[in-house]
Amino acid sequence: MAYSDKVIDHYTNPRNVGTLDKSKASVGTGLVGAPECGDVMRLQIEVDENQVITDAKFKTFGCGSAIASSSLATEWLKGKTVDEALAIDNMAIVEELALPPVKIHCSVLAEDAIKSAINDYRVKNGLPALELPKSHH
Amino acid sequence: MLTLPIYLDNNATTPLDPRVLDAMLPYMTKMFGNAASRNHAFGWQAEEAVDYAREQIASLINCSPKEIIFTSGATESDNLAIKGVFEMYASKGNHIITVTTEHKAVLDTCKHIEKVGGKVTYLTVDEKGLIDLKQLEEAITDKTILISVMYANNEVGVIQPIREISALAKKHGILFFTDATQAVGKIPVDVEADGIDLMAFSAHKMYGPKGVGALYVRRKNPRVKVTAQMDGGGHERGMRSGTLNVPGIVGLGKAAEIAKQDMEADTARIAAMRDRLEKELITIEESYVNGSTEHRLPHVSNISFKYVEGEGLMMGVKDLAVSSGSACTSASLEPSYVLKALGLSDDLAHSSLRFGLSRFTTDEEIDFAINHVKEAVAKLRELSPLWEMFKEGIDLNSIEWAEH
Repeated sequence: MAYSDKVIDHYTNPRNVGTLDKSKASVGTGLVGAPECGDVMRLQIEVDENQVITDAKFKTFGCGSAIASSSLATEWLKGKTVDEALAIDNMAIVEELALPPVKIHCSVLAEDAIKSAINDYRVKNGLPALELPKSHH
Repeated sequence: MLTLPIYLDNNATTPLDPRVLDAMLPYMTKMFGNAASRNHAFGWQAEEAVDYAREQIASLINCSPKEIIFTSGATESDNLAIKGVFEMYASKGNHIITVTTEHKAVLDTCKHIEKVGGKVTYLTVDEKGLIDLKQLEEAITDKTILISVMYANNEVGVIQPIREISALAKKHGILFFTDATQAVGKIPVDVEADGIDLMAFSAHKMYGPKGVGALYVRRKNPRVKVTAQMDGGGHERGMRSGTLNVPGIVGLGKAAEIAKQDMEADTARIAAMRDRLEKELITIEESYVNGSTEHRLPHVSNISFKYVEGEGLMMGVKDLAVSSGSACTSASLEPSYVLKALGLSDDLAHSSLRFGLSRFTTDEEIDFAINHVKEAVAKLRELSPLWEMFKEGIDLNSIEWAEH
């Protein structure tokens, strides 16, 4: 199976790799997936007082498509408000990276990681966690 | 000159040896006859070529040329051996013993046997990939008609104790079949000394062409018969109908001849390269060799690089053609059942790469592979949240992962 140029680009030059200080109240961390399943994503956001995401970082254990999905997600997150970030749909990632059907689960995982990071941020700041539909992939 | 990408997936298939191709070519054009045509020179020529190939193969595995049944490959040979014995010896019993780490061609054939009323015992293996002879003997019942244990495993290269297994089979009057696809042509295989009754193997794993293989069927002590699985002209002593693939068979014969002649020298060279590759790669922190290193094919190394995922790693080593125990592309998301049978956790199975060398592999290619893998592992660990946690001393088992 051949990877799309965009997947190869994100895999070769991943954007925003790294770690934010998870003890800070302004940082939300999402850790999704499982080692046994072959992919784990950790996605972090830093949110300012206006609910704007000023920074996003990721680290991913997984295949090229999983790495590319999370790299792309961090690119999209920066500059968005939290509400805008919540609206990011996995199918937009599929489309942008031209993921084949067997790799759709990578995009689902990236969407889960975004929502999980936002929830972590919300809970830290005294807001109730959002009910997230349980994804199956 | 190094040509990229480098092929290190020789357990999947091997390149055709140019000497084999040279032997085959005339049988595709000028000498195109049907080996079953008894009434003219074209047929005689083809039959002669097939007979010669039978001798070349018989000489490699130490059997009589009459004991070779040509097939389309090892999958067909596996099917013919297991289904053929099950049907032929139905009056004696219906129980077959095999192993969880067998190739799918054996396991799925056994599943079929279960569907048609047979009983199958699947032996487990230890962490080295080896079966337990005591467990094997305990599994034998008065209904057991066949023991099917592969000679050497395709994923980790572990070699089973074939002579001990055949001795047990003989002691209990049970036939012994071995899928020797990965072994024949690579290590000395002697059906007499090894006590084998039926044996499957394939040309394209030993520098021959695809689409041709053979089943060895013992004719003496005991005389073994299998029920044909295809009806037709009654070729191959009635056990496998179908016009013989003459160029393919010539290729298998030539490949066998070269294997016999070059095995000692090839093996020494290939094993030295494999050992060097492995020794260098396990200097990488948290990397582990999978399967026995003592009872193993000389050209195989299967290594897990913890905290990086195999498919991602394969993309990182894009200049190497290797395979991974990770099955992230398949619908199941299940990693290699062979590695899991060895007791590897799913995450270690996902992190494995299999290297398979050949007689065409060079030292220069191995040097390149060592550096390429080291760089890719280092790069992916920089990206890996699991590596970061490991480095921080976090026990990954203490985390509640969201299973998906």
